[in-house]
Amino acid sequence: MMPPLDGEAPASVIALRNVTRMYRMGDVEVNALCGVSLLVEPGEFVAIMGASGSGKTTLMNIIGCLDVPTSGRYWLDGVDVRSLDETHLARIRNRKIGFVFQSFNLIPKTTALSNVELPLTYAGLNAKERRRRAVAALEQVGLADRQNHLPSEMSGGQQQRVAVARSIVTNPALILADEPTGNLDSRSSEDVMGIFADLNAAGRTVVLVTHEADIADYARRIVRVRDGLILSDEQTGARERQIVDTAGAGIR
Amino acid sequence: MRGLSTNKLRSALTVLGILIGVGAVIILVAVGNGSSQAVQARIKDLGTNTITIVNRGRFGRGPSTTGTQSQAATITAADITAMSDPDQAPDIASVSPTVSSSVTASFGSASTSVTVTGTVPAYLEAEDYQVEAGQAITSTDVTQHAPVVLIGQDLVTNLYDAGANPIGTDVYFGSARLEVVGVLANKGSSSGVDLNDVAIVPYTTAQDLLTGYTDNFTEVIVQAKTSKDVNAAEDEAENILASANQTTVADLPFTVINESTLLSTSASTNSTFTVLLGAVAAISLLVGGIGIMNIMLVSVTERTREIGIRKAIGAPRRAILGQFLMEAVLLSFIGGVVGVIIGLIGSRFRIVGVKPVVAPSSIFEAFVVAVAVGVFFGFYPASRAASLRPVDALRYE
Repeated sequence: MMPPLDGEAPASVIALRNVTRMYRMGDVEVNALCGVSLLVEPGEFVAIMGASGSGKTTLMNIIGCLDVPTSGRYWLDGVDVRSLDETHLARIRNRKIGFVFQSFNLIPKTTALSNVELPLTYAGLNAKERRRRAVAALEQVGLADRQNHLPSEMSGGQQQRVAVARSIVTNPALILADEPTGNLDSRSSEDVMGIFADLNAAGRTVVLVTHEADIADYARRIVRVRDGLILSDEQTGARERQIVDTAGAGIR
Repeated sequence: MRGLSTNKLRSALTVLGILIGVGAVIILVAVGNGSSQAVQARIKDLGTNTITIVNRGRFGRGPSTTGTQSQAATITAADITAMSDPDQAPDIASVSPTVSSSVTASFGSASTSVTVTGTVPAYLEAEDYQVEAGQAITSTDVTQHAPVVLIGQDLVTNLYDAGANPIGTDVYFGSARLEVVGVLANKGSSSGVDLNDVAIVPYTTAQDLLTGYTDNFTEVIVQAKTSKDVNAAEDEAENILASANQTTVADLPFTVINESTLLSTSASTNSTFTVLLGAVAAISLLVGGIGIMNIMLVSVTERTREIGIRKAIGAPRRAILGQFLMEAVLLSFIGGVVGVIIGLIGSRFRIVGVKPVVAPSSIFEAFVVAVAVGVFFGFYPASRAASLRPVDALRYE
């Protein structure tokens, strides 16, 4: 699986070629990524694993268009992101990518429904359509009855499920999750991973970062990262699981 | 908007800064305005086209030097006639010599002290006195030394029972018994002088009965034809008096009080004062604007993570910019509205003896400037928020 040659627009959802990311911390230059090449095809469920400091979060931020490579190229859905300005990057983050964070990152003092509606606000949808789709997304993660709860009134698992609803509400092709279960107990972790598995089963590409092997087991491909380089890239069988409803009711 | 409501006290204090600025602009400009309008009204009361010439007595070398004696300056009936002559003094409308005496006025058991002014009928017009009831003194009264008097409102109140008609009654001024032929209309007060505390008689009568005869008037009121001619009239009067006294205008021992000059000086002082007050208030508005900027910067810092989240889920730059700018403008808008209300309420009270007169333009300007201050001082924090890189903003703790 070699990255494409210069000038070709790859068909992959994610295509990274020789991507590096260097940070300057005072006088010290830190190379978080030292030349990473990676292709992710539509419908894949990829887990990126690595110890802390391995560069996996930097990789995730670049894939999510939150950060830009120092050198190398990155095509998202065939589009070279280097050529995009801030406005277009914002649109890509809004329409093509759903991002789930370790620390949930819900807007405080704002109801679950409003949090989920927010990406649609930036997409310019009208209030009625926003509400309809936000309610549907909350139903999909099993939180239809928590619409008007504030983040502070919900458990960590519930907050993360609201965050997942927010990430899928714009119907993006790519869902990125940066240690989504890092702050959750095992029961909530299972709930959230179940939702990701369902989303992947429904055809969405899912890339998640984790350092827990049992979380990575949900994925069908595991990419291991160390010291800013890809150490291994292997296809695994997805963990045996029973999909009750491919439409995504989110109940296992 | 949530940012404003979660920190109610902080938002309120920021609004207070703008509110004080706007309110201060409106009130202080109103005070300045009111004060210059008071001066304008006073100019009107006094008659803008009169000058008062007061004879201080002697001129020439003073008694401390040997040689030439100083000599008495005079303003005689002949001088009055000369000044009244349209050929010699084309810009003078009338000349009113006055003599005055402070006496006790009594009617029945009531008595009060009053300054009696002996003069000619032209004095009434020159000094803008209106006869409210009865009739004015006439030139016939002057030539016939008629024992008649016009009394001001203070005498009416002090000497007569309420509702009594003073016309036709006889009042003793000292030992002189004079018949009240007219009552002067209320004239208010000016510079602390009560303009109603007067009694006006023909000067001939005053000389006969109160002051004694002299062909030397100590005070003459010269009325120019129009307010533009005041300075020309002053020159003409001085030249006539100088030649009559065989001296130069510069040596005349006369004090010339040109009311319009005094008052226009005072009016221009007043407008400077208004501009100064407005400037001080505008500075406080500026300080209020800096307050907004300060609070918005704090808010941006506090909500860096939130900005990162919003950007990560696709907020474009202008949405973040708009959100923070909107908050800043809302703060200044609320401050502006409440400031205008406070300003209007504050302007209803007398402030340092001045009745403020609200200038409609100051309301509009203060309000517009307040909102503009919000935009101006909100823009920097907002653009700082908008240009944060999502990855940095998200990492911020």
